[in-house]
Amino acid sequence: MLQDLTFGQYYPTTSLVHKLDPRTKLLLLIAYITSIFVADNFYGLAAALLFLLIAVAFSAVPFWSVLKSVKSILFLVLFTFLLNLLFYAKKEGDTTLFWRITVEGLLSATFLASRLILLVMGSSVLTLTTTPVSLTDGIESLLKPLSYVKFPVHELALIMSIALRFIPTLAEETDRIIRAQKARGGDFDTGNFFKRIKALIPILIPLLVGAFRRADELGNAMDARCYSGSRNRTKYKKLKFTFRDLLATLFTAALVAGVVLLKIFF
Amino acid sequence: MQAITFENVSYAYKRADEEFSGKAVDGVSLGIEAGRSVALLGANGSGKSTLAKLINGLLLPDSGEVKVFGMPTVCDDPNGLFDIRKRVGMVFQNPDNQQIASIVEDDIAFGPENVGIEREDIGRRIDAALKFTDMERFRYSQISRLSGGQKQRVAIAGALALEPDILILDESTSMLDPKGRKEVMEVARSLNKEKGMTIINITHYMDEAAEADEIYLLKAGKLLKKGTPDEVFSDVSTVEECGLELPRASMLAAKLKAAGINIDQKITTKEGLAEELCKLLLKD
Amino acid sequence: MQIIAKGLNFVYNKKTKFSVKALDNVDLTIDEGDFFGIIGHTGSGKSTFIQHLNALVPVQEGVLKVGDYDLSANAKKDKKALKTLRSKVGMVFQYPEYQLFEDTVFKDVAFGFSNFFPQASKRETADAVYEALSLVGLDPEKYAERSPFDLSGGQKRRVAIAGVIVTRPEILVLDEPVAGLDPKGKRELMKLLRTLHEKESKTIIIVSHDMDEVAENCNKVAVFSEGKIVRKGTPKDVFSDAEEIKKLRLDLPLTGYLCQTLKSKGVNVDCDLTEEDFIRKIQEIKRG
Repeated sequence: MLQDLTFGQYYPTTSLVHKLDPRTKLLLLIAYITSIFVADNFYGLAAALLFLLIAVAFSAVPFWSVLKSVKSILFLVLFTFLLNLLFYAKKEGDTTLFWRITVEGLLSATFLASRLILLVMGSSVLTLTTTPVSLTDGIESLLKPLSYVKFPVHELALIMSIALRFIPTLAEETDRIIRAQKARGGDFDTGNFFKRIKALIPILIPLLVGAFRRADELGNAMDARCYSGSRNRTKYKKLKFTFRDLLATLFTAALVAGVVLLKIFF
Repeated sequence: MQAITFENVSYAYKRADEEFSGKAVDGVSLGIEAGRSVALLGANGSGKSTLAKLINGLLLPDSGEVKVFGMPTVCDDPNGLFDIRKRVGMVFQNPDNQQIASIVEDDIAFGPENVGIEREDIGRRIDAALKFTDMERFRYSQISRLSGGQKQRVAIAGALALEPDILILDESTSMLDPKGRKEVMEVARSLNKEKGMTIINITHYMDEAAEADEIYLLKAGKLLKKGTPDEVFSDVSTVEECGLELPRASMLAAKLKAAGINIDQKITTKEGLAEELCKLLLKD
Repeated sequence: MQIIAKGLNFVYNKKTKFSVKALDNVDLTIDEGDFFGIIGHTGSGKSTFIQHLNALVPVQEGVLKVGDYDLSANAKKDKKALKTLRSKVGMVFQYPEYQLFEDTVFKDVAFGFSNFFPQASKRETADAVYEALSLVGLDPEKYAERSPFDLSGGQKRRVAIAGVIVTRPEILVLDEPVAGLDPKGKRELMKLLRTLHEKESKTIIIVSHDMDEVAENCNKVAVFSEGKIVRKGTPKDVFSDAEEIKKLRLDLPLTGYLCQTLKSKGVNVDCDLTEEDFIRKIQEIKRG
C-alpha cells in the first residue's frame, strides 16, 4: 500500500548498522563515495566493493534488497556504459576489437558503470538501514554549524519531517480522489499523452485545494502548540555517538587509506 | 476564578468569502469560570470556531478584549501570547492535519520543545500525557497507521504535554466514528473531573452538549443564550432559531407529549426518557 | 436493479505480510427500491463492499450481480459495460465536497454526465445538470455559474451529490452522507435522500454510524464485523438482540433502547423502530 512510502525503502530489523548514529552513516557514506571517485583503477573499486559487502553483511539486510536498488538506475548505467564505449577517445597503442570498439574503451566503460553501481548500492545501504525521520535528524545535526551564518537549518529539517509525515496522508487522499472521479466516469488510462494530462486535472485540483487546507490547519495547530521557530527550542531526542560509531569510523578510515594506497602503488 | 473573559469582542475575516461576510463574532461578552465544562453550540458559520481561535490568540479581536486568566491576548510583551497558549490546549477537527512528526512520542514532544523544556522533563511529560490518554502502547507507533480516535487522542496528548489549564475541542469528534467519539469524550470528561481542567467543547452532537455544565448558543456571531443544558434545551424555539435541534431523547419526548402522552418536558437523556415512560406505563 | 452477492471474499495486499482480509464470505441481496443501511465499525469491510458494487474494487472471489451486470470473479470483463454500470450505480464517497474541481458548479456537475454520455448535446447536458441541481435543492439559476469553492460546507456537499445523480443512477450508494454536517444540514440531507427514494424510486444504500438515522429511514440493514455480515434484516430484527449489539460494540437506536428497557420491565412495545410507530404503539398501550 501507499502507506509504506513514509518508511521509504527502510528494511526494519535490528543490526549493528541500523543502530549506528545517522550522522555516522551519513559521514561514512560521504567517505565511501569520495573513495569511489578517488579510485582510478579496478583495485580501488574492489576495495570499495569489499567494504560495501562487509557493511551489508553487518546490516542484516538481504544482499538481494541492496541489489534491487540498481534496477531503478539500470537504464542510466547502460547509457553511461554505451556512451563511454562508443565515444572513448582512442589513444596510440590501443587494441581495436572491431569498428571503433577498443579493449581500453571497454575497460573504461566498465569502470565508470561499476562506479555508478557501487555508488547507488552504497546509498541504498544507508536508506535501507535508516528511517527517513532519523535521516532528517542526522542532516539537521550535521548542518547545524551553518545556522551561524543564518542558514535556516531548523526550518529545512522541519519542512523535511512535515513532508515525510504527510506523504501517507496525501497518498491516501490521492487514492480516494481517483476512485471518486472514476465513479463519475473519469478515465485516466486511455487516450494520447495530452488527453491523459488533461484527465489529471480532476485529480490535481482537489489534491491541491486539499493540501492548502491541510497546510492552513497544520499552521494553526503548530501555533496553538507555541511554535515560534528555532528560538529557545530544546530537543527531546539527542543523537549520541557511541563505541559502535567509533569502530565504524575506523573501519571506513581503513577503506579510504586502502584506496589511496592502491592509487599510489598501482 | 475566571478562566476566560470576553468583553464586547468582535471579529471579521478580511477575506471576501461568502460564508464569512460580515462579522464572524459580533459583540460577544462572556465569562467562563475555571474548572467548568462548557459546550459551544451553533450551526456551521455561526462563529464557534472563530470564537475558539480568539481564546488562544490564533485570531486577535478587531474590537473588545479577550483575557485568559487575566492576561489579555493583545499586549506589548512578545512572549505574552505564548504564556496564554501554554495554558490553552487546542484540538482541531481533522485528525490528519494536526501532527507534525511521524511517530507518536516525537509529535507529543513538539509543544514542550517549542517552549524550551529540558529533555528529562519532556520525557516525563510524554509519559504522563500518554498515560492520561491511554495511548501508552502506541508510543513508538507511526501516527498514519492509527485510527481516527487514536489520532485525536495523540492530539490531546500533544496539547497536555504543555500542561494547560484549558482544553478546547474544536469539533474534535465530528470526523470520528462512534467508538472514536466515545474515546475522546471519555478523556475530556476525566480531564475535567479529575484534573479540574476547563473544557470548551465545540460540537454538533447534542448528547455531548447535554453532559456539559453550561451551554452557550451562538447564531451569526452573536451569543443568543447561555445556561445549563436543562435551561437551554427547554427553550426549544431559541435552539431551533440557531439551526440546531434538541437531543434525540428530548425531541422524542416532545413528540410523545404532542401525541397526548403526559411526559416531563425537561428530559435530555435516553435514560431519563426510559424512566419516565416506565413510570407512566407501569402506573396503569 | 437487484444486487446479489454470494460468497464474496476480498484480501488487501494479498500474498504479502501486510495482507488484511476485508471481506469474508459475504452473502447479501439488496432489492430494487430498498433503502438499505450498512453499519459496522471502521475497518469492518463496509467500504470495500460498497466499492465492489460499481467495480471500483474488483471481485477477487465469489459471485456479484448488479442488475444484468455480472461482476463475479470469473465473469468476462467488458469495458463498455463497466461504464454503463458506473452510470447506473452512483457512488457518493465520504466528504464528497473534497472532490470538486471545476470553476463553476455547472461544469462540476456536468463532469460525470459528459463522461458517461459524450454524445449528448449541450442542451441535454444543461437539462440534466439543472435537474440534478433542483433535485438536491439548489436553485440552478442562482448557483450554476458560481464557483463551488465559495459555497458553504452543506451546499458543497449538495453540489457533489448532484454531480453523481446527474446520470440518473438507479442505485445510489452513499458512504456516511451526513458526516461533519451541522444538525440542520443533516436533517435536510436525510430529507433529500428520502425524497429521492420516494419520488425517483431509487435504491438507496447508505453506510452510517448513526443508528437512529438507520432505524428511522432504512427498511433493511446489514451489520458488518471483521469482514463478515453478522446480522441482516429489518431494523427491528437486527436490533432485537440487545446483547449481541452490545457485544459488537454498537449502539441501539433510541427507540430500540426504549423498547428494550420497557420490555425488561414487562411492557412489550412491538414497533418497527421508527419514531412514528413507536409513538403510535405507546398510545395504544396507554389506551389499554
